[in-house]
Amino acid sequence: MGRVLPFTGQEADPGVLLDVDNVTLQYKTDSRLVTATYQVDFQVHRGDRFVLLGPSGCGKSSLLKAVAGFIKPVEGQIRLNGAPVTGPGPDRMVVFQEFDQLLPWKTVFQNVMFPLRSRGVPKREAEDRAGTYIAKVGLDRFRDSYPHILSGGMKQRVAIARAMATEPEILLMDEPFAALDALTRRRMQEELLQLWDDVRFTVLFVTHSIEEAIIVGNRILVLSPHPGQVKAELNAHSYGHEKSEGFAALENRIHTMLFAEQNTAPAPKVTRAARP
Amino acid sequence: MTGSVQSHQQPLVPSIRPEFERDVLDAGVIGDISRPLSPWERLTGNTLARRIFILVLLGAAWQAYAVWSDNPLMFPTLSETLATLWTSLVDGQLLQRCLTSLRILLVGYAVGIAAAAVLTMLAVTTRFGNDLLSTLTSMFNPLPAIALLPLALLWFGLGEGSLTFVLVHAVLWPMALNTHSGFMGVSDTLRMAGQNYGLKGLRYVMLILVPAALPSILTGLKIGWAFAWRTLIAAELVFGVSSGAGGIGWFIYENRNQLEIPSVFAGLLMVIIIGLLVESVVFRSIEIYTVRKWGMQR
Ligand SMILES: Nc1ncnc2c1ncn2[C@@H]1O[C@H](COP(=O)(O)OP(=O)(O)OP(=O)(O)O)[C@@H](O)[C@H]1O
Ligand SMILES: [Mg+2]
Repeated sequence: MGRVLPFTGQEADPGVLLDVDNVTLQYKTDSRLVTATYQVDFQVHRGDRFVLLGPSGCGKSSLLKAVAGFIKPVEGQIRLNGAPVTGPGPDRMVVFQEFDQLLPWKTVFQNVMFPLRSRGVPKREAEDRAGTYIAKVGLDRFRDSYPHILSGGMKQRVAIARAMATEPEILLMDEPFAALDALTRRRMQEELLQLWDDVRFTVLFVTHSIEEAIIVGNRILVLSPHPGQVKAELNAHSYGHEKSEGFAALENRIHTMLFAEQNTAPAPKVTRAARP
Repeated sequence: MTGSVQSHQQPLVPSIRPEFERDVLDAGVIGDISRPLSPWERLTGNTLARRIFILVLLGAAWQAYAVWSDNPLMFPTLSETLATLWTSLVDGQLLQRCLTSLRILLVGYAVGIAAAAVLTMLAVTTRFGNDLLSTLTSMFNPLPAIALLPLALLWFGLGEGSLTFVLVHAVLWPMALNTHSGFMGVSDTLRMAGQNYGLKGLRYVMLILVPAALPSILTGLKIGWAFAWRTLIAAELVFGVSSGAGGIGWFIYENRNQLEIPSVFAGLLMVIIIGLLVESVVFRSIEIYTVRKWGMQR
């Protein structure tokens, strides 16, 4: 595959874009203090497809929200291009898991245009860019539709187009395909990789699926169960959709890592016994 | 019954049927996927037509009862009422009264909405504003506007000032309550999406919160309108002419004193017609071109 660049260690390092430095995140509820992640550090380089992987509740979404600027770390710092992150901004566009992230009162085209215009991109250029990215996600025919008539997968595509059209420093995606059916999810993963091939953006991608992490990512940060701590950082740049021995080995390795506490061997795939 | 009997004898086993695969037809062969609706479907799908039908039914019932009871002093017929309505509209008296009422009403309505906007804006941006709004609405919302009129007359005198004051009171609280609960109901995802664009302060409220809360805001506007209309007519009925030229409530009051019962009915009918028009023309069009088009309301 074209995008799979073998890691030789010789390539020019495009440099650290996002530096998450020893970040602890906590939520204060009425009765107690919940620690979501504990002293997490990782670095995302330009052009990375960096995946945060971990079991449910380990603080992946919280980390992503912290990078997006919605929550402040109680310890540590997050730096983008060396400058500390202080609040949300369009240089870090988020694609949420929920389908209701599009503005229902705007058409697909207007939804993609909106952040561009509020960022001060001139009208003509914004229109061009919006058109280009809507075409890239294959929604040309639905440019002037309102979001409520789109299917879930189409809404996610619009959200991706919207985020990419603003050409952010880094694209933040929180389980963007988790609510989709398996077929659509696979298509969307392929499309995302295709887009990455075309545009070469940087993306921080959250998932709890080991398979998705290996397919989408070139680098995987494995987080331990609640509260999330860094367990490992792995390379996955040589695996795409084709299942290979290496793929399966990596899958097993991560599986063991995540579920080591519960049972040492990877759980057998649950298969239905054949019935007459 | 049979299931439990079966489970005792033998587990339920589905039979094995042959497999098949089919070539599906191209949509072009099946014909248009969407087709125009038949005239009957369109007529029954038209809300206006259905509502007019109901109005006609109600009108017929009115006419039938009035003819049957044959007591024009207590219950004039629809035709007589309509005739009176027509003549008083043509001679300009009723129209004048309506315009007077509507003018006062619109002023009170606009001021009430503006005050509600300021209060809710404060409430969504500051914690103090939030507490203030909750306290004020729970204090004043249950207070009938009419109950304030004697006080208002004392403060603002016998004139439009007092009427405007009670109207503002009637509109402000339901409007603020609905708008605020609409703002509170905006989903976290939508809020974060808006902040993600770098929107802050007033721009964030106007570009994200207001459209997202529009269904509730419209409800507030409708309730506010109804409360204002009611309050105005009642105030005019109870306190008579409270400004230079009386309004439609005064028209009803006057005619009742002169036992011009068809005119009383004509006045009431006028109130109903204006209410119907505002509801089914103004508010419905706003809804059709906004929240319904956007799929935020059915
Ligand atoms: N708003 C909140 N208030 C209090 N606690 C929260 C809040 N959001 C998350 N948490 C807690 O923080 C921890 C991490 O949550 P987070 O949503 O980041 O997990 P996650 O890794 O994204 O899980 P999932 O894969 O299920 O989405 C959880 O224990 C959760 O209970
Ligand atoms: Mg999550």
